[in-house]
Amino acid sequence: MRKLRGIAFGIAEAIDQEMGKNRDIVVLGEDVTYWGAVFGFTMGLHKKYGRDRVIDTPITEQTFMGMAVGAAAAGLHPVVSLMFVDFLGAGFDQMYNHMAKNHYMSGGQFAMPVTVLTAIGGGYGDAGQHSQVLYGLFSHTPGFKIVIPSTAFDAKGFTVAALRDPNPVIIFGHKLLTGLPFLPFEGDEEEVPEEPYALEFGKAAVRREGSDLTIISAGLMVHRSLKAAERLEHDGISVEVIDVRTLVPLDSQTLVESARKTGRVLIVDEDYQSFGMTGELAFRIQAEAFAALKEPIRRVAVPDVPIPFSEPLENAVIPSVERIYQEAKASVGKENKVARSA
Amino acid sequence: MWRAEPNVEDLRYLATKAGLTADLCLTAYRQMSLIRFFEEAIAEKYYVGKQPDFNLAAGPIRGEMHLAVGQEATAVGVCLLLSDEDVVVSTHRPHHHAIAKGVDLNQLAAEIFGKVDGLCRGKGGHMHLFDKANNFSCSGIVGASYPQAAGAALAFKVSSKQLVAVAFSGEGAANHGTFGETLNAAALWQLPLIIVVEDNLYADSTPKWAAVGTSQQYQRALSYAVNALLVDGMDFIDVYRAAKAAVDRARHGYGPSLIEAVCYRYRGHFEGDLGEYRTQEELELWRRRDPITLLGERLKKLGWADEAALERARNEAKAEVEQAIAFAESSSLPDPNEAFAGVFR
Repeated sequence: MRKLRGIAFGIAEAIDQEMGKNRDIVVLGEDVTYWGAVFGFTMGLHKKYGRDRVIDTPITEQTFMGMAVGAAAAGLHPVVSLMFVDFLGAGFDQMYNHMAKNHYMSGGQFAMPVTVLTAIGGGYGDAGQHSQVLYGLFSHTPGFKIVIPSTAFDAKGFTVAALRDPNPVIIFGHKLLTGLPFLPFEGDEEEVPEEPYALEFGKAAVRREGSDLTIISAGLMVHRSLKAAERLEHDGISVEVIDVRTLVPLDSQTLVESARKTGRVLIVDEDYQSFGMTGELAFRIQAEAFAALKEPIRRVAVPDVPIPFSEPLENAVIPSVERIYQEAKASVGKENKVARSA
Repeated sequence: MWRAEPNVEDLRYLATKAGLTADLCLTAYRQMSLIRFFEEAIAEKYYVGKQPDFNLAAGPIRGEMHLAVGQEATAVGVCLLLSDEDVVVSTHRPHHHAIAKGVDLNQLAAEIFGKVDGLCRGKGGHMHLFDKANNFSCSGIVGASYPQAAGAALAFKVSSKQLVAVAFSGEGAANHGTFGETLNAAALWQLPLIIVVEDNLYADSTPKWAAVGTSQQYQRALSYAVNALLVDGMDFIDVYRAAKAAVDRARHGYGPSLIEAVCYRYRGHFEGDLGEYRTQEELELWRRRDPITLLGERLKKLGWADEAALERARNEAKAEVEQAIAFAESSSLPDPNEAFAGVFR
């Protein structure tokens, strides 16, 4: 098996392999040919499949999202690139009023097989209109499957699954996990099978086992949580790290089981803090594991401010390894730490 | 009324040249009558429970209601040229397009009543009608029809099918960003797309003079290098002639067209609209140009139908509508559990 560096390579390879088998797949969006949708998700495809199937669109998010709706209703499986998730404002009507609803509103007549690729996240100085993650907004709207791959293996397997799914699936690829040379890389190079494989949506992954505290996160935050867990281990604190992988459908069971085991939960999210993923996961966990919890569920997320530009400001709002570490320490407390390290 | 009225011989020439026959015209007359009677029957049922106090939630038909009485010629003039496989994406005022496209009248009526036998099993309602069998859909969001029809047109092009997609809209929607965006994309990729702008002079209550910078919307299509035609939307023959040319072009790979049909809705933007924004005189003026009456008179002039044939067509249409309304009324309401099914496939 060969190694892949980053999610962009996994996503692009998955699309390539599925396009080779399924004539109905077309790629639409801004800069999807030469620039591979800028963040690499469609790199190399136009050379192989040509401009009739890999189509650069005018900069018109609402119109190409609407075209994806119409094309899907007419039998294609469009893969649409929303270059930065922040641009959803320009295309959201077609997504949340049509793409997400037409199957339901048509009484099941019209399938809506659309795969949306979008780049998320900050940490490299792109400020408030190019650094958000926003998967909470999409998860809130019934009708989208929400995928947040943290590894190249997941990126490939979930993309294959999306391309075989008759529903709208949005793949939120974090820029700092793409593995592209012009961005910092916080992921790991890892072995990924060359042959296509589909992963099941709604299965969380326990990335690290532990007994004192459960940290739940997604995307880039999984990697930062793992780094915090390593530091905590030196302090004698055993941390379980869970990667939710998909918000819709959500694997509540794995989260609840871990919460019952450790009795302490910290949810780490790069989305805005209020009315989002952290609150929803906390609700689901307390509903089933309340008696096992030793303290209220904690969270580290972006405080409710836009992502600022200047480096110290940006670092102050996007959850860092240090913030996760400190919050985890506060959760487990001193006496536990001493007891464990003894 | 703003177009030169052809004499009988010229009319025969124009109609025949466009491929119209006595049979086709009589079919159109019957379809337009069907739409008229349907809309009037829905209006009657809609006000049950809503008088004297108007309450959107009351009566057998809940919610908003946008009827297309007066706009029958645009729907029939275009859809008569389409096959089941061709796609139509309509608007918040969709009944005339649905009927013209061949959507089952019983299922249409039942959906409007929120019944289980409706097109969407009661999940869509009057503004959100979907019919896979006839490739018909619509959206309650103004300006949403353009890109969706363009997407279907793109699918036809990618899969080399000789099919066309039609987006209907009002003239108000043509001020939306999706209008210009879609025209650009359609011209760029030479999509088999036909945009039909029904210019009924008012966007909700806002008259065109208060909302449109150009005198007509078709002018904007020309600047995107899209074939554009301005027609009398009260005149079935004029609409059909333009639509025939546009559909032929699109079907044979010659790209998109826009048809702007100047027409008039006799009823309010929605039922309950008091019409403060227009005069009774204006309404009367347009009624004199009624599309169904006009087509009937012309058929008689051309010797293509006599009054008895027209009456027969009207009676058939009326009976079909009565049957559909009865079907809808007798259909059951959906089981509440239906609400929880079908978010995903």
